[in-house]
Amino acid sequence: MSKPDFLVHETKDTVGVVVVEGVEAGQQLSGWLMEIDETLSIQALDAIPLGHKIALGDIAAGDTITKYSHDIGKAVADIGKGRHVHVHNIKTKRW
Amino acid sequence: MSKPTFRGYRRENGRVGVRNHVVILPLDDLSNAACEAVANNIKGTLAIPHPYGRLQFGADLDLHFRTLIGTGANPNVAAVVVIGIEPGWTDIIVQGIRKTGKPVAGFAIEQNGDIATIAAASRQAKEYLQWASELTREDCEVSELWVSVKCGESDTTSGLASNPTVGNFIDKFDAWGATTCFGETSELTGAEEVCKTRAATPEAGEKFLRTWQAYMDEVIEPHKTSDLSDSQPTKGNIEGGLSTIEEKAFGNLEKIGKRAEYVDVLTPAEEPAKGPGLYFMDTSSAAAECVTLQAAAGFVVHLFPTGQGNIIGNPIEPVIKLTANPRTVRTMGEHVDFDCSGILRREMDLDQAGDGLIDMTIRTANGRLTAAEALGHREFVLTKLYRSA
Repeated sequence: MSKPDFLVHETKDTVGVVVVEGVEAGQQLSGWLMEIDETLSIQALDAIPLGHKIALGDIAAGDTITKYSHDIGKAVADIGKGRHVHVHNIKTKRW
Repeated sequence: MSKPTFRGYRRENGRVGVRNHVVILPLDDLSNAACEAVANNIKGTLAIPHPYGRLQFGADLDLHFRTLIGTGANPNVAAVVVIGIEPGWTDIIVQGIRKTGKPVAGFAIEQNGDIATIAAASRQAKEYLQWASELTREDCEVSELWVSVKCGESDTTSGLASNPTVGNFIDKFDAWGATTCFGETSELTGAEEVCKTRAATPEAGEKFLRTWQAYMDEVIEPHKTSDLSDSQPTKGNIEGGLSTIEEKAFGNLEKIGKRAEYVDVLTPAEEPAKGPGLYFMDTSSAAAECVTLQAAAGFVVHLFPTGQGNIIGNPIEPVIKLTANPRTVRTMGEHVDFDCSGILRREMDLDQAGDGLIDMTIRTANGRLTAAEALGHREFVLTKLYRSA
C-alpha cells in the first residue's frame, strides 16, 4: 500500500491513530496494522486531527480502550466506529 | 549495521567525553552573578547558573551536592571553576569533582566580595581554558559512549515511530556493550507492571516497582487533583492526541526497545556502578529536570524524541532531537536533528530509522553541534525534593 491515513499498533487494539493532516468527517481512510502488516479501511465520522485516535469498532461507555494490546483507559461515552476518540470520551483509570 | 567508533576526549579517570567544556559552576544562587561575570571575561568558558543551594538539608542537600559534583565530573567537562558564597560547601563540590582527577578550583565570595573573586576566578578559568584547548580527540569504542534517553511533548507519533526508533538504537547499543539510561518515574504509570518485566533480574524489577510505588505514595497521592491538573498528560500531549497517562506510558516504554533489560535502578543523579547495560533512573518526567540528572550521572549524549516539539537542551550534554510528526518537522524544523516521519508514510522502517539515529549520534559525538546547542539551549534544572529550611 502507499501512504496510510491511520496506523494501528497491534491486532487487539480498538483504536487507531490518524497520521495525516486534514481528515474530514465522511472521508474514507486507509490504515496499516503494523503488527501483521495488514491493510484496513474505515470511514471517519468526525474530523480527526493528525495524531488523534479513531474508533475501529463500536465502543460502549465503560468499555476498556486497548492500544499497544494494553489497557489505556475507559470510555466515558458511547463511541461509534469511525468517531474521534480523545479526552471528551475516554478517561484514565488511574487518577 | 556494523559497530561504529567515534572520536572523543579521554579524561583522567578513563571515561570519554564528546565535548570539552570549561565550566564555571555556582554552588548557590548567590554566586550566579560572579560565575556569569567570569564566563563573560573568559570567552569560551561556560557558566551554569541555577536557583538553589541555600538552606537545603538532608536528602535534598545530598541530591544538590550530587548533581553539582556529577555535572562537574561529567566527561564532557575538561575543567571546573566552582564559586560559592562561603568556602565550606564550595569545597565539598571541589573535592567531589577532584576525585575524577580533572583540574578544579574553588573560590568563595564572603570576605572577598564579587570583584576580587571574579578577578581570581577569571585568572584560573583562563589557564584552564588554554590548557583544555590543547586536548585532542582520540579513537574510542562505542561501548564507551554513555547515552541517556527521555522523550518530551510526546504525542501519538512518539509511540508509533520516534520512541521505537530510540528503542531500536538502545537494542543495538546494548548488544555492543554500551551504558544507557531511561527515567521518568511518573510517566510509566499504567505500564509499571510491564516495565517491571523488562528488568534483567527479579531484584532490579522489584526495585523498580518499589521506586515507582514510593513516588505514587509520597508525591502523587498527597498532592494529586482529579486529572493531575493536566500535567500527565500535558496540554501539549493532549493537543497531540494522547488521552490518558496509560497511553502515554506505553508509548514512553517503546524507548527501551524490544530486547534490552535494565540491570539496576538508580537514585536521581546516581552514577551507574554495575557495568555496561541499560539503567532506570528515578526522575521527574519534566525534560530539563530529567536530563540534568542524567548528565550528572555521567551520560554524555542524550536522545530526545518529541511529538509536538519540545525544544530542550542541556549545558554540558548534547541533546539530539528526533521527531516523527510531519507537522512538527514543517513548523519547527530548526529544532529537529533527525526526522523519522518517513516511518508513518512507510518510506522508512524501524531498522533504517535506528541506523540513521546511530549515524546522527556518532556525528554528534564527533563534534557536530545539535540543534539545541546551535540555538543556545542550556536548560539546567535542579531537582528539589522539598522546601528549604
